[in-house]
Amino acid sequence: MSVVLADLAYWQETTIRLLVGLIAVLLPAGTLVYLFLFKMMSFMQSRLGPMEAGPYGSLQLLAEVGKFLQKEDILPKAADRLIFKLAPFVVLISTFLLILVIPAGPDLWFIDVDTGIFLGLAVSSISVIGILMAGWASSSKYSLLGALRATGQLIAYELPMVLAVVGVIIQAGTLNVQEIVMAQATGEIFGFGGIGNPYVITQFVGFLIFLIAVQAELTQPPFDMPVAESELVTGYLTEYSGLRFLMFFIGEFATAAIFSALAATLFLGGWYVPGLEPTDNLFNVIGPIVLLGKMLLVAFFIFWFRFTYPRFREDQLQQLAWKVLIPLSLVNIVITGVLKVVF
Amino acid sequence: MRKIKLPGLIKGLGVTFKTLVRTLTKGSHTVQYPRVKESPPPRARGVIALHEENCTACMLCARECPDWCIYIEGHKYKAPPRRPGGKPRKKNALDRFDIDFSLCMFCGICVDVCPFEALFWTPEYEYSELKIADLLHDKTLLSQWMETVPDFEDYEAGSEAKKLTVPR
Repeated sequence: MSVVLADLAYWQETTIRLLVGLIAVLLPAGTLVYLFLFKMMSFMQSRLGPMEAGPYGSLQLLAEVGKFLQKEDILPKAADRLIFKLAPFVVLISTFLLILVIPAGPDLWFIDVDTGIFLGLAVSSISVIGILMAGWASSSKYSLLGALRATGQLIAYELPMVLAVVGVIIQAGTLNVQEIVMAQATGEIFGFGGIGNPYVITQFVGFLIFLIAVQAELTQPPFDMPVAESELVTGYLTEYSGLRFLMFFIGEFATAAIFSALAATLFLGGWYVPGLEPTDNLFNVIGPIVLLGKMLLVAFFIFWFRFTYPRFREDQLQQLAWKVLIPLSLVNIVITGVLKVVF
Repeated sequence: MRKIKLPGLIKGLGVTFKTLVRTLTKGSHTVQYPRVKESPPPRARGVIALHEENCTACMLCARECPDWCIYIEGHKYKAPPRRPGGKPRKKNALDRFDIDFSLCMFCGICVDVCPFEALFWTPEYEYSELKIADLLHDKTLLSQWMETVPDFEDYEAGSEAKKLTVPR
């Protein structure tokens, strides 16, 4: 993208970046919702899912969006109006900022900063503030409890997620996401460089911890205590309706898509496929498709876990994070560091 | 050989994945209703049919009905005697036999309790109405349901009970 945009005026460049960013967030999110939430979940429950809107129900999502847009925008009487209205945007913004750090080809990236992955993990935690705002401003006990649970959960699982990524960073020797992809593309496994070195092989423990932490970050089952229907209605979403609910919904699934893309980038080699030179210009064309494919693979696992497991209890959730995942990821870091020095 | 025990977490993933594959290859358990009709089992409790000739207006069904959704009106009349010079016979005539399916809870007590085999279950289920009052089926409509009553299935081998037949 940087090559294409070199000769354009600032406003043209910004417009194009904005449009591409919108597509890059909404298209994978829609794909995930249709492919996994509508279809895969139905198949796993031995039913067909939406079949009426378009061929195999493929336009169902548009119908759902149209439905949400028609709904009344209800504001609770005792709500903190400004914060209540602002909260969905804060959640959505953290999603949109997260897409910036993921490269889709050797020259396809939004921003190329040396601390890319650090920036990505930092902005991803902004959504906690949005959720807390939503819960507090709703002036509803369900919302507040849901928001507090979500905050505790997101803070607890931010740690193992970051620590799991540290292993990758040590191995790649850089915080730049583009260079992490390059390191995987040019890497070798015991002298064999045929498939590069996707870190899922050497950092398998880190990959597992990252997947579990992502599952918790998305507040999906089995870690869906913040929105536990049977206990809290829908947690911090309880008072939201219409467009604002839709924004939370988009935020949830766009975050799922982007975290999957991030996992694919960090552990599965990103836009690179073995057999070609990583600087090949072809990757600017097929890179996004490869990345989408790898993202769908990771998302398949995330949603598979979602549709299979029942909900944890709140204390089990915290125990898993603090007593299992964080020590495990620390050990992973130590071993990675030692091996990095030895080899 | 001892069966290898998998941890429950992995087993659960296997269950959902197996269902996914089965739905994709062999189709789902659900049907796309308005386009594909579901075929209920022959003894399903869809709607109650009335064989009018057998009904004597004895009111047993109406009295046993827990929802009081059966309305019966009848009168007695004198039928001519069987033999010349005999006494005229008293007979019951059915004026009204309505079942209000908006109240009915499909318990089937009326069908069980009828001593004259006038009430039958049929598996038909497509009789929804736009107005709730239209769910009151009168005896003409209830008699029309008789066409859809399936024959009784055979009892299991060794049973000495007499097999009932559906009056046609």
